[in-house]
Amino acid sequence: MTARPIIEIRNLGKFYDGFEALKDINLTVLSGEKVVVCGPSGSGKSTLIRCINRLEEHSSGRMIVDGIELTEETKDIRAVRREVGMVFQQFNLFPHMTVLENLTIGPMRVRKIPKAEAEARARKYLARVHIPEQADKYPAQLSGGQQQRVAIARSLCMEPRIMLFDEPTSALDPEMINEVLDVMVELAGTGMTMVVVTHEMGFARKVADRMVFMERGEIVEVAPPDVFFTAPKSERCRAFLDQILEH
Amino acid sequence: MNRLGKLHWLDWAILALLILFAGYVWFRIDGALNYKWRWEIIPQYLFRYDEEKGRWVANILMQGLMNTVRISVLAGMLALVLGTVLGLARVAQNLAVRMLARTYLEVLRNVPAVVVIFIFYFFLSEQLIAAFGVESWARGIARGENAWIWESFFGDMRRFPSLISGILVLALFESAFVGEIVRAGIQSIPKGQREAAQSIGMTWGDEMRFIVLPQAMRKVVPPLASEFIALVKNSAIVSLISVHDLTYKTVELVSSTRAIFEAWITTAVLYGGLCFLLSLLFRRLERGKG
Repeated sequence: MTARPIIEIRNLGKFYDGFEALKDINLTVLSGEKVVVCGPSGSGKSTLIRCINRLEEHSSGRMIVDGIELTEETKDIRAVRREVGMVFQQFNLFPHMTVLENLTIGPMRVRKIPKAEAEARARKYLARVHIPEQADKYPAQLSGGQQQRVAIARSLCMEPRIMLFDEPTSALDPEMINEVLDVMVELAGTGMTMVVVTHEMGFARKVADRMVFMERGEIVEVAPPDVFFTAPKSERCRAFLDQILEH
Repeated sequence: MNRLGKLHWLDWAILALLILFAGYVWFRIDGALNYKWRWEIIPQYLFRYDEEKGRWVANILMQGLMNTVRISVLAGMLALVLGTVLGLARVAQNLAVRMLARTYLEVLRNVPAVVVIFIFYFFLSEQLIAAFGVESWARGIARGENAWIWESFFGDMRRFPSLISGILVLALFESAFVGEIVRAGIQSIPKGQREAAQSIGMTWGDEMRFIVLPQAMRKVVPPLASEFIALVKNSAIVSLISVHDLTYKTVELVSSTRAIFEAWITTAVLYGGLCFLLSLLFRRLERGKG
């Protein structure tokens, strides 16, 4: 695996009218690396990954994704977004389109791929997330777990170099969490670069190359999972792990 | 019959008062004003028998009603297009575009409709019609062989320039309100939809065209339907710029026959019936959809 940095975050800061959401964040993600970000709610982890594809604007510091520095320049922002897929907590599928249309609209409009090719690609990724038979249904006809898998397939259809996951299982009923995590584990096996915000520590143990713990807008600790789960350095991180792992 | 039983004595008292009041108005018109009702003259102004053609044809009231329908439908379509553009401009990224749209809207909202209509008429549609030579073009059509095709859409082609200015003026006026409805529709679409579109790298235009507008327009069908009914009623205002709509024709009829009450009551029934039918139709479509 080449150890080329694909996301470089340097001294990143973010202010929301007076409130400091991110403070001096420094993190480099290597190509092919899986980074899991965790921390209590309101710690800035979602804000951080939303800065990576500029759904949020940072206020200071630098964000360089796949060699492109994110600034006001809309062309650059779109170029980055083409290469960075995102999976949201609330799925955000397009309700007025069938599953197949949800999957083909990006490749057709953004990548300018002909319809037949886009559909073939869509079916390939639907099979990859184990729901090839749902292509002609509307999102509202699917279960939450199926919708989230469609959302993952929608991002994959753009054939991105990086996938961001913003609490992908938090809105799911418990019995559907595993079907989504399984798909994510399989995706990790393909060598995709992944940045995942999640509380699913079992998943983190299985796939993470590095764990990032955030609190109050700061990165408190970065460590490989074996160190992170057994011997976290900071007190705050230990307290957080105790809380979510005690069941 | 059962429903009558639900009326309280107070309801009966109110009904009685209303009947008394109506009787008083009737008495004033009939007695004090010495008004002579001539309902029998009205039907011939709806339809008349054309001796030359040997069949019944629309007379001025029905011609006016047809023109009102034409103006409303065409102005409605144009207002929908302009209003969608305006609604998009209201949420545009560019500040100058947003401010222009906002200014247009605020002017239209805060100036009386009649004044707006006159301003649009004299400053805009008169100039445009002159500039494009619509007048002579329409006269050419009226003399041509295919006049009847055009006339089924636009009525008497010799009156085409006037009809067009009526449509333009009404569409420009209504576009502001349609624009607000469209804007509200756009803003009712959850933020996540737009973020999902942006996260796959869509341009603003594609995001609007494929993701936001299709969902927003579905949501705003009911308010647009009631706005269309409002447009039919507001269309009476174009009679002020000599467009031969139902109101204009009624004014003509009244001045030639002096049948003030009969003519205006007939016209009220025509407008009322038209709008009532429209609201029934929209309600049915609405229910069919749900």
